[in-house]
Amino acid sequence: MSNLNTGMVEKYRNNFLNEVEANVEEGEWVKMCMQCGVCSGSCPLGPYWDHPPQELFMMIRAGKREEVLESTSMWMCTSCYNCLVRCPRELPITHIMHGLAHYATRLGIEPKGQPTRQFAQLFWDNLAKNGRVNELWLGVNLYFMNGFVNGIKVAMGMAGIGLGMYKSGRLSIKELIGGHTVKDKSGFKAMIKKAQELESARVDK
Amino acid sequence: MSKEYSFYPGCSSQEGASSSNYLKSVQSMCDVLDIKLNVIPDWNCCSASIGYCGGGELPRLALSARNIALSEKHNQGQDIVATCAACWLATKETQERLDDDAGLMDETNQALAEAGLKIENKTKIRHMVEVLIEDIGYEEMGKHVSKPLDGIKIAGYVGCQTNRPFGIEGESFENPKYLDKFIETLGAEPVEKYDKKVSCCGGALAFSEPEKSQALIKDIIEAAYDGGADMIVTPCPVCQMNVEVYQDKINATYGTKFNMPVTYYSTLMSVAYGKNSKQSGLNGQIIKAKKLEEVASK
Repeated sequence: MSNLNTGMVEKYRNNFLNEVEANVEEGEWVKMCMQCGVCSGSCPLGPYWDHPPQELFMMIRAGKREEVLESTSMWMCTSCYNCLVRCPRELPITHIMHGLAHYATRLGIEPKGQPTRQFAQLFWDNLAKNGRVNELWLGVNLYFMNGFVNGIKVAMGMAGIGLGMYKSGRLSIKELIGGHTVKDKSGFKAMIKKAQELESARVDK
Repeated sequence: MSKEYSFYPGCSSQEGASSSNYLKSVQSMCDVLDIKLNVIPDWNCCSASIGYCGGGELPRLALSARNIALSEKHNQGQDIVATCAACWLATKETQERLDDDAGLMDETNQALAEAGLKIENKTKIRHMVEVLIEDIGYEEMGKHVSKPLDGIKIAGYVGCQTNRPFGIEGESFENPKYLDKFIETLGAEPVEKYDKKVSCCGGALAFSEPEKSQALIKDIIEAAYDGGADMIVTPCPVCQMNVEVYQDKINATYGTKFNMPVTYYSTLMSVAYGKNSKQSGLNGQIIKAKKLEEVASK
């Protein structure tokens, strides 16, 4: 268990709702859920969530901290915003799901092998490196995220699609070395670093 | 006099990237409509909707804030226009969040200062589709049609992020009509009651949860076939890619025989405006849009 996680358990004791309100993006909305279930019924991947949004909201109020934060549920969010526009109480559900996923990651208790968790981290690392996404490396890293042998298998399975993209001019080999980048890379990186420091200071206080 | 905008093309529009054909057709379309796009100098990624794992709220907001700040500095007074749904959404969301929260605004500016920038946050953030509807208008869009897309039946697939949470002024979330109106304006026939027009294609999860996403994509394509469509058209780069490129996989899994072209609204416009196949980005199709090719070569 990370120090931050232990610290948060200490700090909030049995009040997980308070912890979510203080530390999760848009978390202050959670208590507004009236348990109607429209969000859960509107989700394109609804059947795959261990706990759909409405259930997560009640679990937060019931103090089920580990069950919520270690869940794979919020990693099923496709960011389609169906739940958000339909919620009668106007909870920003999509953002709360992203917020819970990020907070779990920050605490180091997120489901490590969950594929969307892995891909989401790859995406962030990819864009943070040069300021712009390098699609070729994103694909390569994605295929090989579960080891080399498995990666070869996945890559072979995807070869047809890759070739189609290449032939239609929508995948460039040039991206292998260098590729697209912002010019002011040092300014860009300093900005991200500062934003991360400010945010950490807020969570740690 | 041409209309000028501060343009945010986004990562997928770059040379050799997955929606470079989108940009090509947008340029051709704008050329005809006398729209001048001034690229935001040194723009960066918006982190789309999948950046949340590594990026917390503030780092993500800083990304879009940097683009807005650069636009305010270099393309002063011009509305920001994005062609990518995720770029538009992330930038607009940032603007809203910073407007609502003075503390976040202050911290964002502290981060931007590290890059020598400052955000005023007074710039209007718009999708290209909004520019077409609101600044150009359907009538003007129709006037430039030199090769009507007669006899082509098209399913207008709006998808998620061009539609929710912000959507287009005057349109509903559940049944937006603008894409169908585009199709009609260009002389083609929209599929009536295309029930999957705002369904999700899986978005970024097409990469991480391929089977689950392909099941969603299958329904989107099937509904288009059921409506008698020759092709699907969309305003979103992720929708375009997801719905086009996995059809072989879906055919192998489900025993279907899908071979449905998926293009952008700008591809249709470019062709209807008399641009050739290459200028319209048709060479970027993996599943060839044969009916559009025929019109383009007329």
